[in-house]
Amino acid sequence: MDSAVLIHRLHFAFTVTYHYLFPLLTMGLAPLVVALETMGLWKHDERYNYAARFWAKIFGISFVFGVVTGIPMEFQFGTNWSHFSRFAGGVIGQTLAMEGSFAFFLESAFLGLFLFGEKRLSKIGHWWTGVAVFLGSWLSGYCIVATDAWMQHPVAYRSTADGSVTLSSFWGLLLNPWAIWQYAHNMAGAAVTGAFVMTAVGAYYLLSEKHPEQGKIFIRVGVVSGILFSLLVIGPTGDGQGRNLANYQPAALAAMEAHFDTKAADLVILGQPNVEGKTIDNPLVVPKGLSFLISRNWNSKVRGLSSFPETEWPTNISLLYYAYHIMVGLGTIFMGVMLLSGIQLWRKKLYETKWLLWILMLSFPLPFIANTAGWITAEIGRQPYLVYGLMRTVDGFSKSVSAANAWFTLLGFMGMYTLLSILFIFLVQRELAHGPEYGESVVPAPVKGGKTTIAGRN
Amino acid sequence: MGLLWFAIISVMLTAYVVLDGFDLGAGALHLFLGRTDDERRKIIKSIGPVWDGNEVWLLATGGVLYFVFPQLYASSFSGFYLPLMMVLWLLMLRAIGLEFRTHIKDGIWASFFDGIFSLGSLLLAVFYGAALGNVVRGLPLGPDHYFFLPLWTNWNIGPHQGVLDWYTVLSGVVALVALCVHGANYIVVKTDGELNERARKTSLVLTPVLLVLTLVSLLATIAIHPNISANYNTLPIGYAIPVLVFASLIAVFVFQKRRKEVAAFVSGALYLAFMLVGAVYALYPVILPAVDPRYNLTVENSITGSYALQVGLRWWTVAIVIALGYFVFVYRIFRGKVELEDHGGYGD
Repeated sequence: MDSAVLIHRLHFAFTVTYHYLFPLLTMGLAPLVVALETMGLWKHDERYNYAARFWAKIFGISFVFGVVTGIPMEFQFGTNWSHFSRFAGGVIGQTLAMEGSFAFFLESAFLGLFLFGEKRLSKIGHWWTGVAVFLGSWLSGYCIVATDAWMQHPVAYRSTADGSVTLSSFWGLLLNPWAIWQYAHNMAGAAVTGAFVMTAVGAYYLLSEKHPEQGKIFIRVGVVSGILFSLLVIGPTGDGQGRNLANYQPAALAAMEAHFDTKAADLVILGQPNVEGKTIDNPLVVPKGLSFLISRNWNSKVRGLSSFPETEWPTNISLLYYAYHIMVGLGTIFMGVMLLSGIQLWRKKLYETKWLLWILMLSFPLPFIANTAGWITAEIGRQPYLVYGLMRTVDGFSKSVSAANAWFTLLGFMGMYTLLSILFIFLVQRELAHGPEYGESVVPAPVKGGKTTIAGRN
Repeated sequence: MGLLWFAIISVMLTAYVVLDGFDLGAGALHLFLGRTDDERRKIIKSIGPVWDGNEVWLLATGGVLYFVFPQLYASSFSGFYLPLMMVLWLLMLRAIGLEFRTHIKDGIWASFFDGIFSLGSLLLAVFYGAALGNVVRGLPLGPDHYFFLPLWTNWNIGPHQGVLDWYTVLSGVVALVALCVHGANYIVVKTDGELNERARKTSLVLTPVLLVLTLVSLLATIAIHPNISANYNTLPIGYAIPVLVFASLIAVFVFQKRRKEVAAFVSGALYLAFMLVGAVYALYPVILPAVDPRYNLTVENSITGSYALQVGLRWWTVAIVIALGYFVFVYRIFRGKVELEDHGGYGD
């Protein structure tokens, strides 16, 4: 554990994994908040506006946490990955700066309007600020995905005399073919997260017999969008991302599936990769499934890992394999749970199907795990490169920052993020207990302290 | 193009210092100025809707710096590794203190988070000043354009210097007092009653102290860095800057005496801006001075390709217009004195 590059990698991995939990939620909730606002406008139903306000508050909390944990990400490009920054800053600085100054200002500007300006804006005006928050957060996401996509599949650059790279085409960078699929796949994954979280809170309210009317709205909107996005995650976006890999990072794809020999490839459902024996232990496979997915031909050959020199192999094949399979497995489960809930909803039985409500309530952490696993797949798959084919990870970290100093700050971040987690849970729990401020209840319960009635609000 | 981007980054950095400066200063004075729970809540409420927007300027400045001067970003961020990480932690601690304090109305926990918030703000002000002091003093850049500084060594300027030495600590103290004046001026504008009066008196006491400290640090800078006035001698109009620095500081005092609250606040903001302009004027075209001037990072040897700069200018212009519109809007909505009310509104 004395290798500086390993600590710097852990440092970034830890902070970025933690950070992304928050934007994942905000990007996932943004379209749903707009959907709720739209329903309120369309149906002239005040209940949807209460729901929208409630989720806007959760969105706002998550947004602040995204900002607070996002600043260290930007810093770390310079602090921990200075050689990479010096090499690639001329290209990816563009998208990162756009995120920092453009999308970010847009988002915080309109979030301020959306949260504080309801009384000053017309209903349509307020709706538009909601749409702008949604677009701003998704634009932010695009800038970041385009940055990562350039590291996965570098395009639109030119080498300079001092050995670094500089941008040669702005639109080439933004319209990187890798970025398009990765973004679509990633945003579908975020929307699934938002849908599951909204459904889980709805299920919680129904099961605990609090705010049942609001709970039903959350479940309806959550399940309908959950069905839509859990299908979109798989196809065409997941499929498109898979073919990106087949085209541009065949070694990563082979490692994800632990496919060692070049031949028609099976789709592995379960099993443990045996890297030394170049096989899979305890396999459960769809024969030739991977070949079909890649080329729509069951018998096409897929390049195996053995055909690449070992210096090109991803450095952690087992973790890559598991991360990928966890993502795919959970994605399949999401589709199943949401389709089942959709059927029950259609039959008007979902609100009484307690076992399913329990599943929906307890499922909310799973999309966070699946999205994280997806990002681990992407970033471990990119190894041993930092910029695929151009710069190796061992050449990119800050040589002037010792392993000991990196350990020191990694431990510091762990402590700090523990505090942040407590704060986040406290704030969200407070909103959940407070409820959507909707004074109705099936069983007229005594009004608890702090709960405002409709009349008391405006 | 290089000069233009150099100016853009300087302006963005100044915007950050002036904007986040008053909420840092208000935070540093929080425990001292706010004697009762109500007063402390007023201080928090006066910066509550704006502090995170102010901090976005730091993020935006960092982003633009990264894309315009990748070499500068790489060298300075890795070299200042430890202090920058501590700045990050302090920013977080401060946010934690603020958020919790907003939601916990009473009891010892409110006091605890008041303390966290105030201490975080105070240390940040010192760190920022020390950081600027480091840049002005010069850094041990090697031929590869990299360096690494420990936090402190023997507190002296010399071959084995640390981030903190007598000069950078002095810069930190100047920054702390400067931001306290700025924060006190802001609280004067935003509050009334006893709190307003106390903040006004604080500003009146601290402004002369700041005047002396500014003079001392100016002399110290000339002492450790005899070449610092080179640009001033080539283009003597620059000598107007130190004059403006002291003039704006005196203006703070005079306006505060006459109870011209907004004018005093604006003068304080101008003082900060002129201080930064003065430093930037002295440094240009060097953006990170090395102890050995051969290894200076300059605009020319750190800037990225011209195509990227041209493209960047287009979207940056759009972004800055949106940002300015937003700031005008937010500060208009929240103009005037803060009132405490227990409403269950949207942004509570």
